[in-house]
Amino acid sequence: MSSTEIDIKYVAHLARLHLTPDEEKKFGAQLGNILGYIEKLKGLEVANVEPTAHATPMPNVMRPDEVHPSLPHDDAMRNAPAKANGLFIVPKIIE
Amino acid sequence: MLNQLTISELTAKLASREISAHELMQSCLDQIARVDGNIHAFISHNASDALAQADAADKELAKDDRTTRCLLGIPVAVKDVIAVKNQPLNCGSKILGEFVSPYDATVVEKLKSAGAIVFGRLNMDEFAMGSSTENSAFGVTRNPWGTTRIPGGSSGGSAAAVAADEAIASLGSDTGGSIRQPAALCGCVGLKPTYGRVSRYGLVAFASSLDQIGPLTKNVRDAAIMLGVIGGHDSCDSTSVPQPVPNYTATLIGDIKGLKLGLPKEYMIGGLDAEVKSAVDTAVKQLQSLGAEIVEISLPHTDYAVATYYIIATAEASANLARFDGIRYGARVDGADPIELYCKTRGAGFGAEVKRRIILGTYVLSSGYYDAYYLRAQKVRTLIRNDFLKAFEKVDAIVTPTSPTAAFKIGEKSDDPLQMYLSDIFTISCNLAGICGISIPCGFTKKPKLPIGLQLLGKPFGEETLFKIAHAYEQSTDWHSQKPAL
Repeated sequence: MSSTEIDIKYVAHLARLHLTPDEEKKFGAQLGNILGYIEKLKGLEVANVEPTAHATPMPNVMRPDEVHPSLPHDDAMRNAPAKANGLFIVPKIIE
Repeated sequence: MLNQLTISELTAKLASREISAHELMQSCLDQIARVDGNIHAFISHNASDALAQADAADKELAKDDRTTRCLLGIPVAVKDVIAVKNQPLNCGSKILGEFVSPYDATVVEKLKSAGAIVFGRLNMDEFAMGSSTENSAFGVTRNPWGTTRIPGGSSGGSAAAVAADEAIASLGSDTGGSIRQPAALCGCVGLKPTYGRVSRYGLVAFASSLDQIGPLTKNVRDAAIMLGVIGGHDSCDSTSVPQPVPNYTATLIGDIKGLKLGLPKEYMIGGLDAEVKSAVDTAVKQLQSLGAEIVEISLPHTDYAVATYYIIATAEASANLARFDGIRYGARVDGADPIELYCKTRGAGFGAEVKRRIILGTYVLSSGYYDAYYLRAQKVRTLIRNDFLKAFEKVDAIVTPTSPTAAFKIGEKSDDPLQMYLSDIFTISCNLAGICGISIPCGFTKKPKLPIGLQLLGKPFGEETLFKIAHAYEQSTDWHSQKPAL
């Protein structure tokens, strides 16, 4: 099975995912293997085929722009890892 | 024992007041206490809350013995990926920390309005990614038929709980076979409804264009009852389809004369276990003797389904799982800036399989690779869907094995993701095509004795036909009534 190189550090950063050096090595090899398997799709002629994003053919679903009851603020904040005065606490973004 | 009975048997006994919902719930709790230390189908369950719901059901039964609530007093357990208000929700992951659901999923709301006792958090592969329930942060679930074996996945807890009579029925979710494959491997019935039949509101998303919630039950009639409850359009999920929900149990007449069943020639692959093949061949003969006509069909793009699936599913997952960033809910690992916080939180919170799939999904969507992988996979998805639509011009349903082998040993494939992915070969196309599928018991391997599943695939919104065929077959066999020694 052919192996495809993948720049795992770059992709992990795109995914905002910290990997240990061991994980980088292990996943790199396993993903190379999986991408090698996926190569088989390149053997199909698909130039004139429409892509399917969604199996059930449906138009866009719209609703009137009206206010409805929604999740109360406290319920929405209930699982926050850090909060104060009804707000999420996050690290400083702007100096 | 009450916990071994089916929904239809129990609702009759509850309505006639022969038994109470409290007794029934207690019998499930007793079974959990007796066997779940070994099986580990449940991540957690709240016994006093379950009994309080049972007592409320008993009060209502006492008021009105002709209730129209078709699940009144029936204990139904739920996969840990579906929100139940005020219950924990972890998706088998560490990253959600101490998360408690602030609302009910639509399916849970519907179960509750039908009178069900909704209890327990069932174990699963983390974020429903896996085929063995080995990828859970809460430990592995064991197959009730052989505790050195996997129960299948990702809804392994949902299948094991029903097979071990710890719950009367359960809910699972199916993105590439995650209801049907564990149902097959644990010897119960599992249905993946047509995409859009059941609302996904309150189901934590893995791959939004493939995910569907469905029931796992002890027989086909119970699956039909459950789908009648959970199916239907929901304004909270714009991908649910506004099509009326038929009376599914009305189709269980036992007569399948003249129905045409397709046997796809591409499904007789090399990796198909001899005992599984023989059980499926025997089942096909049985269906024939019940009056069905068997037709060979071709699904020419079958060989491309696994590759297509692992591009589309991981791409969608990489986007869906971006929300687990340690800001609004769940566990957090602090960092000097937001990016470091995200990276550390996600690095510490996700397990190996989820990380692999996020990386793969991010890669196939990344600049320069999108056309070669993601767009191409979406085009092949069209070819796979067209294969099925063409086949359904000739046949009413398609018959296949559910899984190429019976339950494998714990640890056997956990270090080889590609081999694990290939074990989903028979179930994956159904999700890509958006059609419906059911797995029913069709036999056992000899030594050790492990369940084998038969899969029936139906047209979009063809669940009635699937139930009719599955029920007729079930009536003529006793596979579904055999119990594991626990």
